[in-house]
Parts: sequence; structure tokens; C-alpha cells
Amino acid sequence: MRFGVVVFPGSNCDADCHHAVGTVFAQEAEYVWHEEKDLSRFDCIILPGGFSYGDYLRAGALARFSPVMGAVVEEAGRGKLVLGICNGWQILLEAGLLPGAMLKNNHLQFRCETRHVRLENSNTPFTCTGHEGQVLSLPIAHAEGNYYIDQVGLKDLEAQRQIVFRYVDSRGRVSKEANPNGSLGGIAGIINKAGNVLGMMPHPERATEEILGGTDGRLIFSSILQWWGGQ
Amino acid sequence: MYKAKIYVTLKEGVLDPQGQAVRAGLISQGFAAVEEVRIGKFMEVVVATHSATEAQHLVREMCERLLANPVIEDYTFVLVEVV
Amino acid sequence: MTEHYLELQDIDQARSMGLRPPEWERLLAVLGRRPNLTELGMFAVMWSEHCSYKHSKTALRQFPTGGPQVLQGPGENAGVVDIGDGQAVVFKIESHNHPSAIEPYQGAATGVGGIVRDVFTMGARPIALLNSLRFGDLSSPKQRYLFAGVVAGIAGYGNCLGIPTVGGEVYFNDSYTNNCLVNAMCVGLIDHHLLTRGRAQGTGSRLILIGARTGRDGIHGATFASEALGEHSVARRPAVQVGDPFMEKLLLEACLELIEAKVILGMQDLGAAGLTSASSEMAARAGSGVELDVALVPRREKNMNPYEIMLSESQERMLLAVEPEQVPLVLATCAKWGLTGTDIGQVTASGMVKVLFNGIVVAEVPARPLASEGPVYHPLATEPPWQALVTALNLAAIPVPEDLTAVLGRLLASPNIASKEWVYRQYDHSVRGDTVTLPGSDAAVLRIKGTKKGLALSVDCNSRYTYLDPYRGGAIAVAEAARNVACSGAKPLAITNCLNFGSPERPEIYYQLTRAIAGMAAACEALGTPVTGGNVSLYNETAGQAVFPTPTVGMVGVLADVERRVTTAFKQEGDIVCLLGSTFEELGGSEYLKVVHNLERGLPPALDLAAERRLQSLLVALAEGALLASAHDCAEGGLAVAVAESAIQGGLGARIDLSPLASMRKDALLFGESQSRVVVSLAPTHFSAVEILAGAMGVPFVCLGRVEGDVVCLGRGQEAIIRADVASLAELWRGAIACHMSP
Repeated sequence: MRFGVVVFPGSNCDADCHHAVGTVFAQEAEYVWHEEKDLSRFDCIILPGGFSYGDYLRAGALARFSPVMGAVVEEAGRGKLVLGICNGWQILLEAGLLPGAMLKNNHLQFRCETRHVRLENSNTPFTCTGHEGQVLSLPIAHAEGNYYIDQVGLKDLEAQRQIVFRYVDSRGRVSKEANPNGSLGGIAGIINKAGNVLGMMPHPERATEEILGGTDGRLIFSSILQWWGGQ
Repeated sequence: MYKAKIYVTLKEGVLDPQGQAVRAGLISQGFAAVEEVRIGKFMEVVVATHSATEAQHLVREMCERLLANPVIEDYTFVLVEVV
Repeated sequence: MTEHYLELQDIDQARSMGLRPPEWERLLAVLGRRPNLTELGMFAVMWSEHCSYKHSKTALRQFPTGGPQVLQGPGENAGVVDIGDGQAVVFKIESHNHPSAIEPYQGAATGVGGIVRDVFTMGARPIALLNSLRFGDLSSPKQRYLFAGVVAGIAGYGNCLGIPTVGGEVYFNDSYTNNCLVNAMCVGLIDHHLLTRGRAQGTGSRLILIGARTGRDGIHGATFASEALGEHSVARRPAVQVGDPFMEKLLLEACLELIEAKVILGMQDLGAAGLTSASSEMAARAGSGVELDVALVPRREKNMNPYEIMLSESQERMLLAVEPEQVPLVLATCAKWGLTGTDIGQVTASGMVKVLFNGIVVAEVPARPLASEGPVYHPLATEPPWQALVTALNLAAIPVPEDLTAVLGRLLASPNIASKEWVYRQYDHSVRGDTVTLPGSDAAVLRIKGTKKGLALSVDCNSRYTYLDPYRGGAIAVAEAARNVACSGAKPLAITNCLNFGSPERPEIYYQLTRAIAGMAAACEALGTPVTGGNVSLYNETAGQAVFPTPTVGMVGVLADVERRVTTAFKQEGDIVCLLGSTFEELGGSEYLKVVHNLERGLPPALDLAAERRLQSLLVALAEGALLASAHDCAEGGLAVAVAESAIQGGLGARIDLSPLASMRKDALLFGESQSRVVVSLAPTHFSAVEILAGAMGVPFVCLGRVEGDVVCLGRGQEAIIRADVASLAELWRGAIACHMSP
């Protein structure tokens, strides 16, 4: 499977994503400079974490105007898989590929720690090897992960089963304490209606090897590979 | 030329954690009368045009497309002619 | 009419810029004439303490700097040590104390920016950041403001760069109330053949300035850093620079791309004293000269004169020396990363720094005297009369508290011992996917992708010890940093250091400085960890009150097999808990005396460097043999706190019997800080192997108990002394700092 890892000025998890898909999962992986306009050679496009354009103005606001984003929109329209992690999700929100917006964490601090998230929908290309209600342990590292959407939008997300991950405690319950950033309903990841564009705050690429303290992130990449194999 | 003084604020109803923190800080400093604090952004953009209408149009377009995120933010601006 | 910056200056002007009369005379001798304003400004910053080390140079000569592992010792932008397989580690620690005291967020942020540039200037990819922070008492709102601001600044800058902040230390003591300390360390990785140095090589080479545009920020910042903070310091706010981590990230990537392309002959970041230091140091190191036209320097403020351009400390700028035919490639790479690259001059054979402004010579001074032949002082060192008084300690007059369980709780909740999670959860410590021992253990461990190796990193200094006995304190700082690294299973390789002291012009401070350096040097010698560089920060005092002498040590060690790393946490119920090292009745300088009896006195614990070395060799051997489940250094709070921390981190209790240890006061037994001791836990099947190895290597070894249940019990025979459940100890330890920060 061919993965393209987009590099915006200020991306800093590009190498980690490349390592996860290219080395850990031994797939074809290629860095894509943000000025590229043709992504048709890839099966899956990853928008990695980081601080694209320094997160100046708003996280992701400037990156969405990079030339590559036109191609991302185009490939998403063709049904290619697009995975936005952390800053990547923020960019997808700013680009309108996913609904809602990101606010600063409610405690106003950057937060880096391992958190539990519950899998809400296993009927997606990114989660098909898991089961609903499964609790994953994944690292988070962000200052703006406080997801917001208006009530109408939230109802729509719920109705369409677009909420893929929620922050929970170790026993799988949503609570204020289990929520690291104030995100609405503990939302930690959502998918588009077509089911091929996922945005998530936790970093699955940082949890793919035993030596890094956890492997729950493998589920995302194994699912992508399995789903693609079945196509 | 025109200078646009642009204010971007969080929409009513959207939680403003910074505003809440500053409110708590003001109250702890003894400003008991503080009811609410909302924090926004202030920007100045100088546009090279002689037409007020065009400047108006351009700045609105900038706000819609980049300077504010319509999902969570509102904007207002005033234009001042500069030489 | 002559421009202001060309007017010849006199001794009064020199004095107002910080030069002393003998230095003025020296300057006249160097130039053979009076300097104009621009030239005087250049000498004033380059001959400041911050740039010239004029008061510390002599004392620093005591440090051992050589060794087979050292590829680059002091004198370059950062030290370099070999780690085998053609790879090397580049590392350095630096202070940003004065700027942080004025504006904590930006002061700390730009401190990170500066140290990161020092590392990638050498051609290395920065892979980790650490820091050492010191403030006054957290019960003061001002101290909380400084602490929160500094932590946020480090997070804001380091997180954006995508360099994990993997470790550090934070201490609170009244001596830092008016002078906080902010020391940042950066570690980079490089293949030997890519090593680059800050040298202006090759006559005719072009000098390319890349990065941010130049403004008026920080003019005379280096001089500022060399003065004591006074009442007027707050009003000097404009001297503090503002950092742009996004620009730094672009600069980092562009420079490393050019390093890979092997087109850079020499490179130097523009730090303190800006273009003046970068150009003169590059010329001085290479024995060449430089000629630049500063009218070509991109500026972001109007009407800047050559004086201002030469002295600006605007952040995120680099000066590169490249062959003329490589200039287009360099400029194209800059453009790719959205950076401005400007050809501002060339390398000459003149030995001079020649500065032009629109073609007119505005300064022409010899590079070496400016950069490396500044004045050197041999200050007077006198042991202060109070030194003997503070070391006197009459233990008999100090009662042993009844409830020692409560004492353990108080120690765990002391901000100096409590978990620093409130701090490190604000730092991205896992980006780059190499951090395999996260913050919270004795040393952070990183894997090196593509090899079996690991790097262990720590920073350490107990400044209370250094205050009570500068020599012993200095030696302990090195020993403990090395011990932390050895506890993780790594062999300590080399150190960098940041010497934070008061004014060296006071004999008692210079006494502290020379004695601390002597102690550090002895420990470096004994432990085989040479000094590869560092930074001196003097004048950390306000109204004659100096900070505790704080020689922060940054240590790098290597694990042959990263899978064999050891952490602090107890792992398994039934494991045997043992103590390596000897326990003496030593309470001087302990955290216990401070927290419980409000005393900062006594002689710090003794340090036997030979025993220390044996202990560290044993730790490395035990780790290599995969014989240990956990290892934790006994530091502040002594044996009881070490056991409690291993229990808390493992979520497992322990039953400990102290009767095998020498008989002494119970508080000294539990909370004394005797050196060269490590609490280890191991599987029962490994017990005899560990015992034999410890015996063979001459390290005292006693079995104290077992990992079991969820209660920490310490007793002596039938006598129970401390009993507390792990969960409640954990709550005290984890919650203490957060509690202070959100009252």
C-alpha cells in the first residue's frame, strides 16, 4: 500500500508517521512537500501533527491554503483514505473536509500524556479490526484539542455515526476527569459522511512499538491495511 | 490607502477558556464587579486601494476566507483612510 | 558631518557601555587608535563576561576536557562525543536567567531557541531537550508567575519545534527569589562525517545570513546578562527578545538540508552579541578575516544604523560560509523553506572584521583580540566567614520526630521532591518516537533508530550542598548526574555544565566558583566523564544577595542495548529490594532538615569518588546482565523517599527491614542523604548473581526486603517505623505542585 505523508512548513510528526507506516508496517511511504499538486499515486494520505505555519492565526488556518490541500480534497473526493492526526485534524477542520472547529484546551496548557479513548464506530476503514466499546491507550500531545460543533452539527455527527473516538477512563466511561481538553462530549476523533476522511487528536503513530510503551495505535494502521486489502 | 482595524471574537455561546481564566484573575485581584470577559484578536491590515468600497469588499473577503473561522468566530472591522 | 556611529569615542563613553578603564587602555593598544561608536559597541559586548568569560576563564582551566570519546571539547558551539558506529552526540547546556527574570515566557522560550541553534550549528539533528529550573518559594504569587511562565515558554518553543523535552529538574529555594535560574540543554545526533564547525574558512568564501530579519531587539543583551539585576531591570524590558519557533523550525530544516548536501564550510548562529560575535568568532577560529556590508542585512525596522545592526540580538538567524559557486544552491534551499538568505560579504585573509555600510567602512578591527583575546581577570578568592558557621550542626539539639510516616508524607509533598508531572505534561516528550524512558525516572532514555543503542540523559545539581561546601557540592553534582545515568543502565560518557553564580568580583563568590569547579573537575576525572563545554552565568544576585552557587551538570551516557534499560518503578510483587552502597549518619544539607526543622546547614554528605565509580560500574554491569527490575538513586529525602518513589511509580508496596544497616538516629537512617547509594529491586532468581557481582566489584550490598502488597512499610526488626499505603503517598507526591499552582 502506498502512503503519502504530507510535510507542511512546521509539521513535526511527519518523520514519526513515515516511520510507523514505512518501517513498522513495512509499506511504501513517501514524504510529500506541501507544494505538490498531484497525490493520485497514493492509496492513503496522512496529514501529520505539528505546528504547520507555527499555528499562527489559528491551528491549521494557514496550512489549508497550501497547494497540496487542493489535491487532498480531490483525492478525498475519489474515495482515497485521508488520515489527519492532531494538527492534521485541525487542518481538515479548517479546510472543511470535516465539520466543527478546534478551541484551545479548556485549561489553556499543552498536554502530553497517555489517555484512554473508546472506539465508537468500528465500521470504518481506520477501525475495522477493532470492536465498538474497545478502550485504547494512546498518547496525546496538543494545546488545541477542545473540539467544538454546534448542537445541530453534533446531532448530525451522532446520527451519522461519525464520532469514532471519545476520551474515557480506563473502564471506558466518559467523564470530566477523563477528558484532557474540554472537548465536546469527549470527542477525540471524527470521520466524514463518506467514511474515508478521519481526523483524530491522539497520536497512533507514537504507539506502534512495544519499546515505546504501547501498541494500541497499531489498530488504526492494521485496519487501513486490512480494509485496503479487501478492496 | 485604507487601514482596516479588524476585531475577531468568539461567537456568543462558544466557551472562551482564556476569557474565563482572565475573569477569575481579575476577580482575585479585587475587581469584584467583573461580570464577563471575552478574549478576541485585533488585527490591522493596510490595503492599497483608493476606493473605500473596494477596501470594504476586500477586507470582508479576507475575514470570511482566512482571518476568522465562521464555525466559532465573528468579526467586525472599521476602515480608516491613511496616506 | 560625520555620522554618529563613526564618531571617535572616549573613555567616558566606554565606561557607560560597561568597559573598565584598563579594558579601554587594552582596546586602544589593540587598535592603535580610538574606536568609533560601532567599534566600541562591538568590543563592549565581546569583552563582556557573557561573551569573554573574563572572570571565569582561569578557573575553568581546572576541568578535564580530553578523552578518547571526545571529538570536540570546549571552544565550539557545542561539545561532541563519539558513541560508536560512526555516530556522535552533540550537546550543550546554557542559561537564560536574566531574560527569564524579566519576561519569563519569552526569556525561557528564546533560551531554548538559542541552545537548539548551538546544536544544529554543528550539523546535528536535535533529538532531545532538558532543563534545570530554580525559583523562590512557590507560596509567593510572583514565584508562581515566573514558574508558570517559564514552563509555558519552554513548552511553547520546544513543542513547536518537535524536539521532545525529555527530562530536567526543578528546585525551589529562597535564594532564587530575585534571581530565577533557567538552564536549557539540547542534545543532537550526527554522523561523524557531517560535523560542521563555526569557522569562516577559505578566502573568497561568501557569507550568507539566513533566517529572521534584524530588528533592534536585545541590543546589548550580552552586557545585560553580565550585570546584577537591579531595580531598573524591569524597565529594561525592550532588551528581551521575542522568539519565533516556527522560523527556527524552518531554519533548522534548511540548515540540516544544506549540511547533508555538504556545501557549508562553516556555520554559526547569531546569539549573544549577534552579528558581531558570529562574524568575529568564525574568523578568529579559522584564523581568517571577514568583510561584510551590513546595509545588505534584511531589517524589519526603519533607519537602523550599522551600530544597531552589528549588535542586534534578533533571534533565529544563522551565518554561513560557503564557496561562491554554492551560493545559488544555498539561496534556493532558503527559498524552499520560505527563508530569506542574503549574501552579505566574504571571507578574507586579513585577520580583520571589516564592516561596511553601503560600501563605506564603518568598523575595522582585528578578529582575534575581539573574539578570543579579551581581558582575563584573576579575581580574589576568599572563604567567607559565614562558611564555617553554616556547616556547624549540632544533631543532638535536633529532636527526632515521633511520627515518621507523617515526615515521609511531608517530604514527598515538598515541591523539591514531589512529582514534576505538572511541568513535564506541558512538554511534548514523546514526539520523534524515540523516548523509551519518559520523564520521572532518574534519567531519560532515548533509543537510536537503526541501532541497538540507547542514550541516557540527565541534569543535576543540589545547590544547597554547593552552598554549604562548594567543593563537595560540585563533586556531588557530577557524581549524581552520572549515577542517574548509570541507574538507567547506561555508561556515563561526558558532561556539559552551566555555572550559575553571583558576582565573581566578590571574593566569596569567586571562592565558591573556583572550589565548585575544583570539586566538579575531581569527579569528572574520577568518573571518566570529561567536560565538553558549557556556559557561565555570573552576576545572579540582587542587592548583594547571590543565588546558591549552582553548577548544573548535564550528563550523557550510552546503553549498548537499549532493551536492557532500567527504570525507577518496582515491577513485580515478590522481587527483592536491596540497597547498594553504605549509609552513614549524615543529615547535613538534607531536604529533611530544611522541610522539618527549617535548617539549611551542616556539612553535605561525604563523597568517596572511588566507591562512586565502583557503584556505577556495577549498575552498568547489572543492567547489561538484565539482572535488575528497578534502580533508583537515593537523593533528596534519602532511602525512605527512594523506596516510596519506586513504590509509587510501580503502584506496588514494599516491606523493608532496616536492621542490616548501621545503627543510628532513625531520621538519619530514613532521610539522610548519604551518597553513592541506589535502591534496586530484582527477581529472587537473580539474587545470588547480583550478590556475587556486587562483592566482586567491591560495592556494599544489603537485602532490605521485598516488593509486596499496596503498603510501604519500613521498620527495624519488630519495630514498625513508617507505614503508609501507596495510593495515599502517590496522591501527596503527584498532587503537591499542581496544588500550589491552582490554589
